[in-house]
Amino acid sequence: MSTKVTMVEAVGRALGQVLEEDPRAILLGEDIGVNGGVFRATAGLQERFGPDRVVDTPLSEAGFVGAAIGMCLVGLHPIVEIQFDAFVYPAFEQLASHAGRFRWRTNGAYGLPLVIRIPYGGGTKAPELHSDSPETLFSHTPGLRVVAPSDPLSAGEMLVAAAACGDPVIYMEPKRLYRRGRAEVPDRFLALSLDRAQVVRPGADVAILAHGAMVEVALEAAEQLAAEGASARVVDLRSLYPLDRDTLLRTATEVGRVVVVHEAPRHSGLAAEVAAILQEEVADHLLAPVLRVTGMDMPFPLFQLEDQALPSAARVVSAARATLEY
Amino acid sequence: MRELGAASDDLAPGAELMEGASTVLGLPTDRRREALARMGRPLVLELFAAMARLRAFDERAVILQRQGVIGTYPTYFGEEAVQAGSVLALEDRDWLFPTYRQNSVVVLRGCPPEVPLLLWRGNPAGWHDVQALHTAPVCVPVATNYPHAVGAAWGSRLLGAASVALAYGGDGSTSEGDFHEACNLAAVARAPVIFLVTNNQWAISTPLRLQTRVERIADKASAYGMPGVRVDGFDVFACHLAVSEAAARARRGDGPTLVEAVGYRLGPHGTADEPSLYRDPESARRWNAWEPIGRAGNALVDAGLASADELAKLGADAAAEMREAGDRLQDFPVPSLEEVAAHVYRDTPWTLGAERLREPTFGEEV
Repeated sequence: MSTKVTMVEAVGRALGQVLEEDPRAILLGEDIGVNGGVFRATAGLQERFGPDRVVDTPLSEAGFVGAAIGMCLVGLHPIVEIQFDAFVYPAFEQLASHAGRFRWRTNGAYGLPLVIRIPYGGGTKAPELHSDSPETLFSHTPGLRVVAPSDPLSAGEMLVAAAACGDPVIYMEPKRLYRRGRAEVPDRFLALSLDRAQVVRPGADVAILAHGAMVEVALEAAEQLAAEGASARVVDLRSLYPLDRDTLLRTATEVGRVVVVHEAPRHSGLAAEVAAILQEEVADHLLAPVLRVTGMDMPFPLFQLEDQALPSAARVVSAARATLEY
Repeated sequence: MRELGAASDDLAPGAELMEGASTVLGLPTDRRREALARMGRPLVLELFAAMARLRAFDERAVILQRQGVIGTYPTYFGEEAVQAGSVLALEDRDWLFPTYRQNSVVVLRGCPPEVPLLLWRGNPAGWHDVQALHTAPVCVPVATNYPHAVGAAWGSRLLGAASVALAYGGDGSTSEGDFHEACNLAAVARAPVIFLVTNNQWAISTPLRLQTRVERIADKASAYGMPGVRVDGFDVFACHLAVSEAAARARRGDGPTLVEAVGYRLGPHGTADEPSLYRDPESARRWNAWEPIGRAGNALVDAGLASADELAKLGADAAAEMREAGDRLQDFPVPSLEEVAAHVYRDTPWTLGAERLREPTFGEEV
């Protein structure tokens, strides 16, 4: 059996599956109960599992992320919803100073089975601080895993895997893809490996590496490049920490030209890390310097300007052409 | 031991600060003797012995720091009553969330004292067994342990475990956002948690009047709809009773309590701190009259519950225990980075592989 669902529905189905299969799983967040979350990701779950397992919290990101850490200590498996990307900043201390260090503080004995879901990114014409892409804050913070799905199936599979991971996982949900069409998903998601990238379009002339909502942009760019006679391979990074080193090196070695796309600011961004790894490890195989197509080193603009700031297929195509002509 | 007056009136300058704080040692003589007799010799001696061990640990740690065996150390001289009273008021299944200032309370839960000493020596063998001792790792960022205690308490209740959680903090911590968020969340969730705030009047160099405009930290509880109580923080018996009551309330399902243990920081903030730069040394000297071990000891002898000799022996035994623990510190090897790299994740990623921990090299052909 399978059904066609949107990404946000896939997230909800995965959460329902975890709550059903794991009696110690508990959801915490703002407006996630009766309201089903501002994006409706948790719609119907409080009705199914009750207010003790799908908990509406006070407005206190540091407080309930901290409480989730305490819940882990006594044997619960909390999955926390941060309402919008930038709302995670008050909880950053709890994540950086505690969540990522807990296993370390027990000499490896006890980890925190904690998932932090963060709807993130621009392209939804949202007010200020509702369009940030803060994934690099977490990929630069030891002890955390950071992942981002790009479609309904990967959203469900990765969320189920994150819940089973045993270490804190920052699960970045590209909210502009929440309702971008439907895709087939199985009745039960399988917990696939959390740290594998996925080649989502084969190609041999240039590789476009992206994650989250930028995978769609990369695919659109690959389509345009195909019309020009260039074959672009698109790799969905999925795991932002740790990066899938094997897939990165294999891609660069086989294709030789690489463009990395993300909507977060460029400076110290994920693309910089990818480029650094490639030049350290497979420089001889690179036929052109790695190019980055990213958000700007400025606060995410008010939304009338957001299309200028977000990486577009046109910008990705232009970068790909530049590497092809190098 | 110093002879102390029976009534708190004799204990200036702190007496006015103690107004409304529950006390045993500050009671008039007859009532004090009765109260101690009611607690019974085994418990009062156990409380005294726990304070003696905490004191001996603290004194040994300061010596070891001076000798260069351990690094910077946050002494808690004068806070023994709060720590011993609270730990012994709880059961082993209950959870403790200490800060650096309560770094050795694990010892009262059965942890060998060299473990917390090793933490200050900078050795990972200093991380205690969190699950076996139901004690969270020592929390360094002020106030961030409060939400953890709320989650542990709340989670225990959801799991039907009836465990209580207690988080420690100081007066300065109540200015932090995490304190507010934790109190609020605890009250809303009716979490069986105790916020035990030692108001020692100082946050390093910042005095209480620059920290808050409330007269009493316990008053902050009213903002969250939970009870706030004050207790004489230099009185181990009163601290034990106050935390016992808060724990009973929590176990009954009546939610959190804010306990303000009123005291004074008799020593420096830590071994790297020089209080004469910011406060009159005379003030601490006068507060020394409240020093909790001498004060408790005098009262026990006065009540006929212990002899001065047996109390002195408890102190001497504790000093020997901690000296021996200190002597063992050099036996613990320094692990390699490769070993601790395996302590970050359950499944260690390639980023923590041995080749990434040492000198950079070019990648191999793939």
